[in-house]
Amino acid sequence: MDINWATVFDWTILLKCFVTAGIICVIGQILIDKTKLTPARILVIFVTTGAILGGLGVYQYLVDFAGAGATVPLTGFGYNLAKGAIEAVQQMGLVGAFVGGVKAAAGGIAAAVFFGYLAALISKPKMKKQ
Amino acid sequence: MKKVGNQSISFDNPPTILECASIVGPKEAQGPLAKYFDQTLDDEFWGEKTWEKAESKIIKETVNTVISKSGVPSDKIDCMFAGDLLNQCISSSFGLRELNIPFFGVFGACSTFVESMSLGAICAESFAENVLCATSSHFCSAEKQFRFPLELGNQRPPSSQWTVTGSGATILTKSGTGPYITHITPGKIVDMGIKDGNNMGAAMAPAFADTLIAHFEDTGRNPSYYNAIISGDLGYIGKEIVIDILKSKGYNIKSNYNDCGVLIFDKNAQDTHSGGSGCACCGTVFSGYFFKQLKERKIKKMLLIATGALMNSTTSQQGESIPGIAHAISIEV
Amino acid sequence: MLFGFGGLICSIGQIILNICKERGFDTATSGTIVSILLIGISAFLTGLNLFNKIGKFAGAGSLIPITGFANSIVSPAMEYKSEGYVMGVGGKMFTVAGPVLVFGISASILVGIIYLIFNTQNVTLV
Repeated sequence: MDINWATVFDWTILLKCFVTAGIICVIGQILIDKTKLTPARILVIFVTTGAILGGLGVYQYLVDFAGAGATVPLTGFGYNLAKGAIEAVQQMGLVGAFVGGVKAAAGGIAAAVFFGYLAALISKPKMKKQ
Repeated sequence: MKKVGNQSISFDNPPTILECASIVGPKEAQGPLAKYFDQTLDDEFWGEKTWEKAESKIIKETVNTVISKSGVPSDKIDCMFAGDLLNQCISSSFGLRELNIPFFGVFGACSTFVESMSLGAICAESFAENVLCATSSHFCSAEKQFRFPLELGNQRPPSSQWTVTGSGATILTKSGTGPYITHITPGKIVDMGIKDGNNMGAAMAPAFADTLIAHFEDTGRNPSYYNAIISGDLGYIGKEIVIDILKSKGYNIKSNYNDCGVLIFDKNAQDTHSGGSGCACCGTVFSGYFFKQLKERKIKKMLLIATGALMNSTTSQQGESIPGIAHAISIEV
Repeated sequence: MLFGFGGLICSIGQIILNICKERGFDTATSGTIVSILLIGISAFLTGLNLFNKIGKFAGAGSLIPITGFANSIVSPAMEYKSEGYVMGVGGKMFTVAGPVLVFGISASILVGIIYLIFNTQNVTLV
């Protein structure tokens, strides 16, 4: 494998990624602790915020700075959806608004459905040990 | 029997609590009261495929245990009262369907055990010789119905309580040698507008206070009359709230009051946050621990008040508040 | 703790992303590969009853990254297995995560339409 491992493990990029991700998660934790919002609602807020910030072009700066630190959190999923919608609109107009988001997230959604079903098949829910 | 005061009933020929039985799950088996239960389980399935079936098996076996311990054959039991937390109380009906005893299904949420004993006592003082009262709850089936899937990686807030997995059952008999149920104070629904489903103790505390005060006003007694005033599952948070509410109304219960939810788990070792809850919390702690204290006369006069939160997952999602209820029975040896 | 976990998960994502780019994949495909792998791993960990142990002390650190999304799909699927493989597993999979897809996709459609309105000169309309 002709992979340049120095580039893969570039500590400056990883550090920016690590810190950005941590900050985004801390915001989430504050919402969990200080409000009565359920996990589902918090995930919705994050994904919608990511979509809006992505649509405004603002989230792009964060992605350029932190890479996966901005794309892996659920805000990044929203950003991905919005970016996909905009790109598709540029190519095909109005239809693109409908096509683009799902197309960009297709891999993730398909993986979630498929692996979700598989994992459920092979598993057995157990009592919380806490 | 006759009505006393506004809402209490006193029995001229008080029925006897003849026998009790309790079965609990693995977490309760690691708690401070483990040795008082008739049987403890190693896992939450007990050989069954689903938690709902497991809960039915638990109540079935608990009832079989109390019947055999009491020596009263099941065809001499005139009727039974049972209920649980699951939709349409299926744990009780499916668990007890083979018993061939006339069945009254009741729902009082976590107050079901005392509600069944109250109704059972009324029957035992009138037409019935023997009445069976039982309840059950199961952590996994309750989480599935009311809260989140077990494998979801969410955090439980500090005010949350742990639903007890287990069942408590008792047989009341018309003529016996005690412990006697002398009075019952059925509760009224009390809704103070609390909406936080993660803090049941706060939601149920007003109902506890309401029933307790009604009991004392109706009977003319005060807290010092009893060796022990025990609530079902107010938990650590609810316990403190209720002591404060009652103090502001002129009743000091701090010295002889405790809560089954606080007693059943070790808060620090078992990380159960505000304590135990569920129908079986009161059911098992009374059937296992307090019944023994009464038989051994270590406690001679006890007021048992179980509280319930009368809501479901739909009302929470619709933004409704949580109405509470508390039923009280007075027991003397 | 949650800072560390959130950071760690995303850093693993970054490493995967870097490896993909080194192998010649473009940014979009690399991102998709990262999503698929992280989702697969989370699904697997949830199925092994391990994810909720992590979630207990990682809190938002495991919830907010895409791992939380995957866990919220697998956990109800596992729970409702007793109700059958079609209506149970299949039907209940999205009880927690459904809103994420509904609102995320709807938001993206709105973003697309608003973009269209503000940029009609740059875009072929239909």
